[in-house]
Amino acid sequence: MNTFISDTLHLLIRHLRTTLRIPIWIVVTLVQPVIWLTLYGQLFRRVVELPGFGNTTYIQFLTPGVVIMTALFGSAWSGMGLIEDLNEGVMDRMLATPAHRGALIAARVLHAAVTVLVQSLIILLFGLVLGASLPGGIGAFLAILGIAALLGAGFSAFSNGVALLTRREETLIAVINFFGMPLTFLSTAFMAATLMPSWIGVIATVNPVNWGVNAARDAMAGVNWGGVGVNMALLAGFVLVTSFFASQAFRVYRRAA
Amino acid sequence: MNAIVVDHLCKTYRNGVDAVKDVSFTVSTGEIFGLLGPNGAGKSTTVRILATLSAPSGGSAQVAGHDVGHDAAGVRRRIGYVAQASGVDRHGTGRENLTLQAHLERVPKREIAGRVGSLLEWIGLTEAADRLVNTYSGGMKRRLDIAMGLVHEPEVLYLDEPTTGLDPETRSALWADLKRIRQERKLTVLLTTHYLEEADQLCDRVAIIDRGRLVIEGVPSDLKAKIEGDAVTLNVEGRTSEGASVLRTMEDVLEVIEDGDSVIARVGHGATAVPALITALERAGIGVNAVTLSRPSLDDVYLHYTGHRFTSNGMAEQNHQASPNRRGGDQR
Repeated sequence: MNTFISDTLHLLIRHLRTTLRIPIWIVVTLVQPVIWLTLYGQLFRRVVELPGFGNTTYIQFLTPGVVIMTALFGSAWSGMGLIEDLNEGVMDRMLATPAHRGALIAARVLHAAVTVLVQSLIILLFGLVLGASLPGGIGAFLAILGIAALLGAGFSAFSNGVALLTRREETLIAVINFFGMPLTFLSTAFMAATLMPSWIGVIATVNPVNWGVNAARDAMAGVNWGGVGVNMALLAGFVLVTSFFASQAFRVYRRAA
Repeated sequence: MNAIVVDHLCKTYRNGVDAVKDVSFTVSTGEIFGLLGPNGAGKSTTVRILATLSAPSGGSAQVAGHDVGHDAAGVRRRIGYVAQASGVDRHGTGRENLTLQAHLERVPKREIAGRVGSLLEWIGLTEAADRLVNTYSGGMKRRLDIAMGLVHEPEVLYLDEPTTGLDPETRSALWADLKRIRQERKLTVLLTTHYLEEADQLCDRVAIIDRGRLVIEGVPSDLKAKIEGDAVTLNVEGRTSEGASVLRTMEDVLEVIEDGDSVIARVGHGATAVPALITALERAGIGVNAVTLSRPSLDDVYLHYTGHRFTSNGMAEQNHQASPNRRGGDQR
């Protein structure tokens, strides 16, 4: 356990350092959510006049959705770095050391969580600048960041698992594109639950992105903290499941060698 | 004391390829042992098994007294692995790479900075230590690779094709480095190469591997001594089959091989045989353009035991194999 923690920490430092050396990536991944918030927020301003949205502004409604979307896309590409390590022989070199096997994946998942935390923070602040408000206060602020980090960790583990199974960048890109947008649209990120077709509503209840959006939106408004807790617990379960998937994929990868 | 014991090792990949077929050899402590063969012969697979990266399909192997299958953790603590595909993090500096490696290899914390510093100096990278590896030349990267394999002072070091993809100048510099390792450090080295010259220069003992099988094993000079006589290469401008049949009729000629524009005759004593060989060819109307006389090399050993030439084989494979290395170059 001791080696697990220290190995994870040292590998995490390596990943964070790489990210900080190419900070342009953080900016690039923020361009899209910023466009969503500004353009979408303007274009669909009057959507909230439909019954079902309740008494809110669209930017208030949209901000938690875009924060979670940012977390999703900020973490789903996490497996790309792993594929680079596989191709460059970095993974083999580490596997020939006594390094804790679990740490090799855990560090990547943690790295995604930290990156997502920073990105969500920026988008959340941007939403507030555009006119969203935070009745939930500082507690809501921290809860939203926690929710984003959980979601990021979960999708990062998923992405790393896919990377280990496919070992090809092209395949990972295809898989992420296949899942990413649909998962966002099959949630309440852009549209109130009561206004969704019922089949989308059904899918949304088992969609981790939807758990994240609902939890973030409730926390932001400072209402339904019980529901926030349930959704966060579901997200924690999602992290456990995808982490298990990633560790199994790692086992398959090592056995195939 | 044996540092490496390989016993009837087999590896069949899932796609059915038999990469290693019943290979056995032992490496004594402190020895530099070479696995020699063209690409695809099974050298890298053997090393990957000994580095616990790949599980054998049959047989067993012990490294520094630990079984690669039952005690992989014990093996990992005692080995340094320098793979063909480098394995340095291009986005980190030389110092960062070494430091992380030292942590993962369980070097005591307070020793890490000092050891990293002295290794950097040892490989002549002190000035480049805080530059990103992206900016390193191929030779610098390779030296860093080797330093990373040594950071925890392993008992056994694996060098998988250490000079593949390097230009000749960098290669001979690296040979000097490897000879220095041997002088200054108590360490067993298992080296794979498809350069006969390299095996001849660096190794105490070599094993020739061909198509997954171990063909012959021994001290390079002994192996060469077993090959009778000298090789006389006669350039006959392409009239090789005629030339070969002429030479085959001669009494003193042990063996005749056609090779490109030349015929190679193996004779008991080269210097005295050359005039007779030339005379015989000229009498048959075949002009001789050039003559070279060579003592038996590992190339001849390889030819003798496998029945095919090493160089042509190795070269073809080498070209095929150059792409990953070239890719690394493009990204710099």
